Amino acid sequence: MIAHLPALQVVIPLLAAPACILVRGRDLAFWLALVTTWAAFLVSCLLLDQVMASGVISYELGGWAAPFGIEYRVDALNAFVLLIVSGIGAVVLPFTPRSLLIEMVGEKAYLFYCAFLLCVTGLLGVAITGDAFNLFVFMEISSLASCILISLGPHRRALTAAFQYLIVGTIGATFIVIGIGLIYGATGTLNMNDIAERLPQTGYNRTVIAAFAFLIVGAAIKLALFPLHFWLPKAYTYAPSTVSAFLAATATKVGVYVLIRFLFTVFGVEFSFEVLPTAFPLMLLAVLAMFVASTIAIFQDSVKRMLAYSSVAQIGYMVLGLSLVTVDGLTASMVHLFNHALMKGALFLAIGCIAYRQASFRIEDFAGMGKRMPWTMAAFTAGGLSLIGIPLTAGFISKWYLILAALAADEPLIAALIVISSLLAVIYVWRVVEAAYFRKPPPDAPAGEAPLSLLIPTWILIALNVYFGIETSLPVGVAEHAARALMGAGP
Amino acid sequence: MSDLLVLRIVTKILMPFILLFALYVQFHGDYGPGGGFQAGVIFGAGFILYGLVYGLDALRGVLSSDILRAGFALGLLIFAGVGVAGLLLGGNYLDYNVLASDPVKGQHLGILLIEFGVGLTVASVMISIFYYFAGRGR
Amino acid sequence: MVDFVGLYNYWIVVFLMMAGLYLVIEHGNLVKKMVGLTVFQAAVFVLYITLGKVRDGTAPIVAEGIEIYSNPLPHVLILTAIVVGVATLALGLALVVRIREAYGTIEEDEIGDQDGPAI
Repeated sequence: MIAHLPALQVVIPLLAAPACILVRGRDLAFWLALVTTWAAFLVSCLLLDQVMASGVISYELGGWAAPFGIEYRVDALNAFVLLIVSGIGAVVLPFTPRSLLIEMVGEKAYLFYCAFLLCVTGLLGVAITGDAFNLFVFMEISSLASCILISLGPHRRALTAAFQYLIVGTIGATFIVIGIGLIYGATGTLNMNDIAERLPQTGYNRTVIAAFAFLIVGAAIKLALFPLHFWLPKAYTYAPSTVSAFLAATATKVGVYVLIRFLFTVFGVEFSFEVLPTAFPLMLLAVLAMFVASTIAIFQDSVKRMLAYSSVAQIGYMVLGLSLVTVDGLTASMVHLFNHALMKGALFLAIGCIAYRQASFRIEDFAGMGKRMPWTMAAFTAGGLSLIGIPLTAGFISKWYLILAALAADEPLIAALIVISSLLAVIYVWRVVEAAYFRKPPPDAPAGEAPLSLLIPTWILIALNVYFGIETSLPVGVAEHAARALMGAGP
Repeated sequence: MSDLLVLRIVTKILMPFILLFALYVQFHGDYGPGGGFQAGVIFGAGFILYGLVYGLDALRGVLSSDILRAGFALGLLIFAGVGVAGLLLGGNYLDYNVLASDPVKGQHLGILLIEFGVGLTVASVMISIFYYFAGRGR
Repeated sequence: MVDFVGLYNYWIVVFLMMAGLYLVIEHGNLVKKMVGLTVFQAAVFVLYITLGKVRDGTAPIVAEGIEIYSNPLPHVLILTAIVVGVATLALGLALVVRIREAYGTIEEDEIGDQDGPAI
């Protein structure tokens, strides 16, 4: 079975999704989904272990040899992303039964688990496949499934948010298909490694450049890179909190993965950054994202919306790291990918705990929350500190590596900008903390802690935030390994 | 339900041919043009025609939403299950060679089963979509 | 000039793509947005099919006397993309139905006016 791990990674959730429809019962579907996500998490742990020990794993679907058949190709980068997606799925899912009852209709919950598992399947599939067209198909599976998940939000505005997400996501995916089609026309292959080998022979003609443009813009829409981020805040604000936590921690991360994969593996460093001047525009957009989105976040009245804008800013940091085009920069980018998944997951789960008690996420309604829900608010504050980048939290590690990478690349200005933009994060996190701890709660405000089944997943993520803020060998080790391979420096 | 006698009679006559043609496309799919997706759409179209002429309730009497829901879940399970069967019999995922004693027969069997799964899912999904849109707001 | 006219398929693709994208962006009516999106996707289908065409080639079916045939791979890819397109269309229209039930309209401006400040 060990040899079949790459296939099992995708097939387990794919099989469980229709099974959820067949079993019908809410509790049965929940337990099935829970076992499935933990099994997928186990598989991704084993895969990461195997990749780190013995190098790239190649799996040929249906026994058809690559590049003719579809190949699943797992290297350190994939395995890392797989771990993030399946890990967050496994931690977030136990949160759903209590949270769903409050935020949406409970009777058809088994359909929720089906959509959730399909979304996991799609995201894992995007990360694991080595075939460009297969990547598009999985991307659409995940995007349609997450669209359903978003539309389940408690407010009717979830519907329009989901519709906008569908339209924008489809345009992004269609751009990616156009790019893939043009590459296929230029090289005659769809296998990503094969494309990388054949592209230099095309002499980088205009078709390849057009394909590059379509793919990068398509990926930028998918990962919500400023200024193509407009769909994200709405979607994350109105989705159920569990869904926001899952998507914020995984969907955009997979988008960043797709961008890295196309820039560094498929087109190669030479074409992406030396033949074409891609690094500077990416860096500029990343810095703009950090500042503009953080500033918008400061002026939000809704805490959930503030977190969504902060996500856009954090994506800026990830893109900034890779736009340095050094091993250090890529490492920092990937470490932040991992750490941001942990902190945004924790913050949105804390919001989910609050949703258990009250329907409003406006800052003035957070007054006295530190007394009313002490554990939840403590988790939120800890997550916020990690978001800012206080030492001993995961957020500090990623900022530290980013600044070191910027200094090593001889960009002191960028390093300064990273520090300054972190100060903006202090302001927006402080607004919530101030309301929660220094204002008196209104006399009729609902009080009482969220149930343990909601608090435990939240605190697991907070604990991981602290753990990976001190013991960094796992994310940094894997990220460095992956970055060296991507930059062609050898593992 | 339509009052037009011609429509109702023609539908009744056409139905078996549409379904038969769907089955032909389905089982011809491994050698010629065709396959589960096209067959599923044709099969679904037959039922949708019936529903348009005789009314949604008459169609629901034949096929309930629950059956359809089970149908599309089962179709996907068959597809993925055939893949897993290949895996259990010693091949890679979706490797049909190992399904029967010799690879040619195995490929044949594998594609037939997979296409059946696809056809089942597509037909159920098509009819379900019709149900949800036509049955809304009543 | 011959090149310019000879590549008419690609001109059709570009026209359909731009027309579809324009519809999506310009129109406030949600159903028309879905129509635009479908046209946009259809343009990509045409692009792929055009890429697969081999001059003087026939349909890719094994038979006596056929030696030059079109590349079947883009056809298969597009079959998959069509399925994705159908799924997107169905989901989009389902959302439009729900939006209409919740707001009583499918015009974007009128929907925007109905909701108060963010929650």
